[in-house]
Amino acid sequence: MDNRVVITGLGVCAPNGTTIPEFSDAIKNGISGIRHQPDLETLNFSCQIAGKPELSEERISRYFTPLELRNLNSTGIVYGVIAGLDAWKDAGLAIENNDEPDWDSGSIFGTGTSGIDKFRWAINKIDELEIRKLGSSVVIQTMASGVSAFISGKLGLGNQVSTNSSACATGAESILLAYERIKSGQATKMLAGSTSDSGPYIWGGFDAMKVCTFKHNHEPEKGSRPMSATASGFVPGSGAGALVLESLESALARKAKIYGEVLGGHINSGGQRGLGTMTAPNPTAVQRCIQTSLKNAGIEAHEIDVINGHLTATTKDALEVENWKAALQLPPDHFPYINSLKGMIGHCIAASGSIECVASILELSEGFIFPNINCEDLNPEISNLIDVKSIPQTLIRQPINILAKASFGFGDINACVIFKKYSYE
Amino acid sequence: MNKEQIIEALKTIVQPYSEETSALAHIDENTDFINDLKINSANLVDIILDIEEKFNIEIDNDSMAKMLNVKATTEIIESKLAANAG
Repeated sequence: MDNRVVITGLGVCAPNGTTIPEFSDAIKNGISGIRHQPDLETLNFSCQIAGKPELSEERISRYFTPLELRNLNSTGIVYGVIAGLDAWKDAGLAIENNDEPDWDSGSIFGTGTSGIDKFRWAINKIDELEIRKLGSSVVIQTMASGVSAFISGKLGLGNQVSTNSSACATGAESILLAYERIKSGQATKMLAGSTSDSGPYIWGGFDAMKVCTFKHNHEPEKGSRPMSATASGFVPGSGAGALVLESLESALARKAKIYGEVLGGHINSGGQRGLGTMTAPNPTAVQRCIQTSLKNAGIEAHEIDVINGHLTATTKDALEVENWKAALQLPPDHFPYINSLKGMIGHCIAASGSIECVASILELSEGFIFPNINCEDLNPEISNLIDVKSIPQTLIRQPINILAKASFGFGDINACVIFKKYSYE
Repeated sequence: MNKEQIIEALKTIVQPYSEETSALAHIDENTDFINDLKINSANLVDIILDIEEKFNIEIDNDSMAKMLNVKATTEIIESKLAANAG
């Protein structure tokens, strides 16, 4: 029989909070983590604002050995390890130095690219004919799976340890991959999550594509405007989110705190056919992904209380809302609440899905809906589709039962997860 | 720089790579980096880079392959230092 899968631990390294209490407080109060970035200005970026987690040296030194810290130049690994280990501790799980690995626990921790600053340093050394000076730290920090390798070594994980990569759908996908692993009985606990590096070398390509806003360099906190009439491109972000997924049986047996349940979900692709391209979503695939995730979770559209959208603050926001509307087929006044965390933290690329899932689980477990910020001037194309009451601009405190979270990525790929509040029977 | 001074400098260099406090405290010519100090073999290249920097010498690939214990390492450092002086 399939295992039911619950969430028993959360960790986060977000631009507006690097601990769960700090992050939970920030998202309730609409606190922005977007700041002006002097390095982007120096490098002539069009978009000179971004979201970056703020961590002290002291905090980082609690998660890494002095030797690991010596040549550590991978922000993504730092964020992932901090969020991952915090989630593990939050789940009440010990970090022990056992001789034997924990065969029943694994990790799927995704990223787009790893250690881009380290990579740049190594490439420069090679070009300066100093290859022998690279030392041993380049590969482990620049291999895509560096983050899951660091995490598993610290936790002694003995089950599947892997890094998934599916652009901006990476975080949501990691949760579904971990969920399947536990559901099918191949693991008892999985640390799911994703991370994304900070800095000019990760954000530069997006800046050059002109998908980031260049209109708010003087007012960073107003720059990320999902669902707004003045949305003019996304604000790049970075960080990591982590969730401990566990079989219900295991969580109950050890009397763990249960934040919520993963009911199911779906991952698909539009195949870059129809309206889909490398960078634009095929709406048929998006709608199908949402509908299939409901079927997979065994729920009806009207049961969804809240949608945590992908909603990046580009012109595609209206198309996304249209896709949700078409997929759910609900009367206009029965559309669920919909919100986007990107107004506060920007688009954290590969980390966006996992950070947003952490926010979603907090909403479910604490009973609130975080406010959408920077959409006081709602996009009329969106307000023509759904009731404006569905787009809260202030914090709502009310119990919610079911939340749908979707992320969409370059390559025309989609992931949708259905979470449910857990009620102790 | 005499042998004792080289070993003393080596001790400082290898210290961050080993958690074997007692073996580190009793480091001598017979100490093996991997068997006694339990240093991760991947870190041996980092130790060599640290040695090059500390002694201002360059260590070729053949010498590097031999530097698995304090005795061989000390001898190689001594010969490179002598070559530099000459």
